[in-house]
Amino acid sequence: MNGVHDMGGMHGMGPIEYEKGEPVFHARWEAIAFALNRAMGVWGKWNLDASRHGIERLPPAEYLRMSYYEKWTARLELLLVESGLITRDELGNGKAAPGSPRATPALMAAQVPALGKGRPASRDVPVAPRFRVGQDVRARNMHPAGHTRLPRYARGRQGIIDRDHGVFVFPDTNAQFLGEKPQHVYSVRFTARELWGERASPRDSVFVDLWDDYLEPAEMPAGR
Amino acid sequence: MEARAAGEHSHTHEHQAVPSDPALRVKALESLLIEKGLVDPAALDALIDTYENKIGPRNGARVVARAWVDPAYRQRLLANATAAIGELGYGGTQGEHMVAVENGPKVHNLIVCTLCSCYPWSVLGLPPVWYKSAPYRSRSVIDPRGVLREFGLELAEDVEVRVWDSTAELRYLVLPERPAGTDRLGEEELAALVTRDAMIGVAKVSV
Repeated sequence: MNGVHDMGGMHGMGPIEYEKGEPVFHARWEAIAFALNRAMGVWGKWNLDASRHGIERLPPAEYLRMSYYEKWTARLELLLVESGLITRDELGNGKAAPGSPRATPALMAAQVPALGKGRPASRDVPVAPRFRVGQDVRARNMHPAGHTRLPRYARGRQGIIDRDHGVFVFPDTNAQFLGEKPQHVYSVRFTARELWGERASPRDSVFVDLWDDYLEPAEMPAGR
Repeated sequence: MEARAAGEHSHTHEHQAVPSDPALRVKALESLLIEKGLVDPAALDALIDTYENKIGPRNGARVVARAWVDPAYRQRLLANATAAIGELGYGGTQGEHMVAVENGPKVHNLIVCTLCSCYPWSVLGLPPVWYKSAPYRSRSVIDPRGVLREFGLELAEDVEVRVWDSTAELRYLVLPERPAGTDRLGEEELAALVTRDAMIGVAKVSV
């Protein structure tokens, strides 16, 4: 979706505010917000892509106003209600509906180390790559209304396949629970001038990790 | 936030002053989920403890120091970072697919996630606020040299800047240049020099 989260290249966001000796969490509620998101993900009612999309679907003004863990909290509330793990009434009242069954947590403390082992997004399936390293490609000019990981600044721009990372779950379909559609992901190198014009440094480049479905063959090599 | 008298201007930089509102909102959600049996409070504590105390940039610093003292390890790190990092016992969540990119006299790498906050948790822990902020995410790709200048790092014109936008599930670690004058330092001492910022690419390692 062409959301405000897709910020690469935007102006006007101000200087970078650096905090020396920054703590991992600034308050207990941030730590709890983080942990609730992790723990509730274990129910398997959504996936990583759907969860990213949950943040993207926050109203743009809210997205910009909220701190990071406020966004995580709002996203979790959204996914909990949509998945039916809680009802909107329960969220509003802060109380379980009378007579509702009591569940057993999907994640117990003893299982936290196992959760930390992670979950690869790569898939060991034979899918042929559509492009090869060194090939000139163009990022498609596409504007899906749902989740996508093709940033706007790269769309329509020409680059070169720098490396093939292998086969991964495709976020655009996975976020909508429409299947994993495994396909190759490449690191595509775009020159800074191709992305930002002649005033950009002739030496610099941006590498963007892009899926097969985001790319098409380029007719001609980019001017580099 | 405390109310201030009109006209009073505070110079204290209250970074991330926490309004009571989100704190209450999270508390209410936490209570509800515990009441419904959907979360185990002890699991929450264990998750928090993991990222507050166990996983952080010291992991990445040990990887960098090892690469500096062991050329064969450096090669393995650059060829297959996930496996090489795994040799030191690090891996897992948000480090399942790692890529190491090496700085040199004429190449400087910078890591960003313009779309959200992707970051190599397994080697750097959770990202700092500035990394997740709109200014860093918006500007790193269009004006990396300006961003680096704001961090106090002025790069010469003939240095090539490579920005890595973490748009997929690959997570990037910058292998910084080993500073001059560290020939006699051991691996542990070298690791102590390596900062989180250098492994994101917004700083160099200095003695």
